[in-house]
Amino acid sequence: MKQKDIAINGDSAVALAWKQINPDVCAAYPITPQTIIVEKFAEYVADGEVTTEFICVESEHSALTLCTTSSSTGARTVTATASQGLAYMWEMLPIASSMRVPLVMAVANRALSGPIDIHNDHGDVMSARDCGWLSLFSENVQEAYDMMIIATRIAEHHDVQLPILVNLDGFILTHAVERITPLDENDVKKFVGEFKPLYPLLDVKKPVSHNLMDGPMFYYPHKYQTVIGMKNALKVTKDVFKEFEKISGRKYSVIEEYKCDDAECIAIILGSAFGTMKEAVDQLRREGKKVGVAMPRLFRPWPIEDLAKLMKGKKTVIVMDKHLSVGAYGPMFPEIVTAALENDTMPKMYNYVYGLGGVDTMVSDFADVFREVKSGKAKRINYFGVKE
Amino acid sequence: MMVNMADHNSMIVGDRVIEPGNSEKFQTGDWRSQVPVLDKEKCIDCLTCWIFCPDDSILTKDGKIAGLKLSHCKGCGICAKVCPKDAITMKGD
Ligand code: SF4
Ligand code: SF4
Repeated sequence: MKQKDIAINGDSAVALAWKQINPDVCAAYPITPQTIIVEKFAEYVADGEVTTEFICVESEHSALTLCTTSSSTGARTVTATASQGLAYMWEMLPIASSMRVPLVMAVANRALSGPIDIHNDHGDVMSARDCGWLSLFSENVQEAYDMMIIATRIAEHHDVQLPILVNLDGFILTHAVERITPLDENDVKKFVGEFKPLYPLLDVKKPVSHNLMDGPMFYYPHKYQTVIGMKNALKVTKDVFKEFEKISGRKYSVIEEYKCDDAECIAIILGSAFGTMKEAVDQLRREGKKVGVAMPRLFRPWPIEDLAKLMKGKKTVIVMDKHLSVGAYGPMFPEIVTAALENDTMPKMYNYVYGLGGVDTMVSDFADVFREVKSGKAKRINYFGVKE
Repeated sequence: MMVNMADHNSMIVGDRVIEPGNSEKFQTGDWRSQVPVLDKEKCIDCLTCWIFCPDDSILTKDGKIAGLKLSHCKGCGICAKVCPKDAITMKGD
């Protein structure tokens, strides 16, 4: 059914998606810029618009512990956090993935303290990168809403069974009001279907134990099972994107490309800045420069082959990172280089670390990045905008 | 060649055990470095050791001590410590 467009901010759009999914359990602790998600969803609960068990907890650590356990009992579970909240959850992140619970978490991406800063960068999610969670990025509010619905299906697929992060840029998306076309609630319910957990903890007819002591004999094999689940998630994601297109008319790819086909130089970037960089590409195209930009919508599993295909034959690749592994590179840079190794020839590759702590990066700034690389003045790693 | 790793293909995904009560198969007696030895002559069948043993390794029959079942005995020595008659001694295993 065709739905009317609405004006909504990113956080409220996430809450709307949850309302339409009607999960069994939600536990979350408020933290800027995620707070509106939880406030808005609490309203739906209080107004009886959902049947979700909404549990107030005293910290993010408790929130994720509760959500992991609730998901393992067979309850469809959602939560949300940002920055220090995600950091405080850290201990439970790899436990949730090793328990193979398909819970869904929205991350309103915000710089990690310290220094303390509430604005957007990807320090939170990048620091949680190696914990075995699937990870999706969104460029705008519509995508944040859509990814939330899509994420449920990917995570719960029996070939995957992994928790999933849905990233939306703090303030830029969480608080900005944009026009979106939501889906019909029945279509969402039909799309996500019923959660069918494997070996849930509360099945009294088939008693099971979860999260047992492993030791060296089982630890690595269990990790390897997670590797397989992640690998399967690539195909599952592509399939779910296709199915989602049928009900929404919106087409998503694991790598979103903009004018990359004939480009000699492409940039790779995550999140809302993808949109800004598209404008920069348009500007440079008008000047006759063959440039393009791409966003790995799916960050975990890392779509190596799709990235290699994207970079094949390109002269130059610029990796835009909104986080810094201090003493090394931006976190995405070595991952892109690794993907490029799949091809016979390597492009010239540069890393730009930009926008840390929420520094506004505008269309003209991104155009400058392309120009600086073209002029040969770019270094391997560039701390964009910082006076070196 | 590494031999002590399980085959992930034969494992349930997600660190789960779906067979109830199977911890009995885990022979914790393998960990033992000391073994309790019972002297039936000194024993007065007070059953203190039976109450205290954390691994259910003291066997009883008709309210009397019937021996030790060492498959799960970790050699903790509690039985020897609590015995009022020093009827149990710990020996190297
Ligand atoms: S040594 Fe410990 S485990 Fe073994 S029989 Fe005595 S009390 Fe039980
Ligand atoms: S505690 Fe000593 S005396 Fe009492 S039952 Fe055990 S072995 Fe016998």
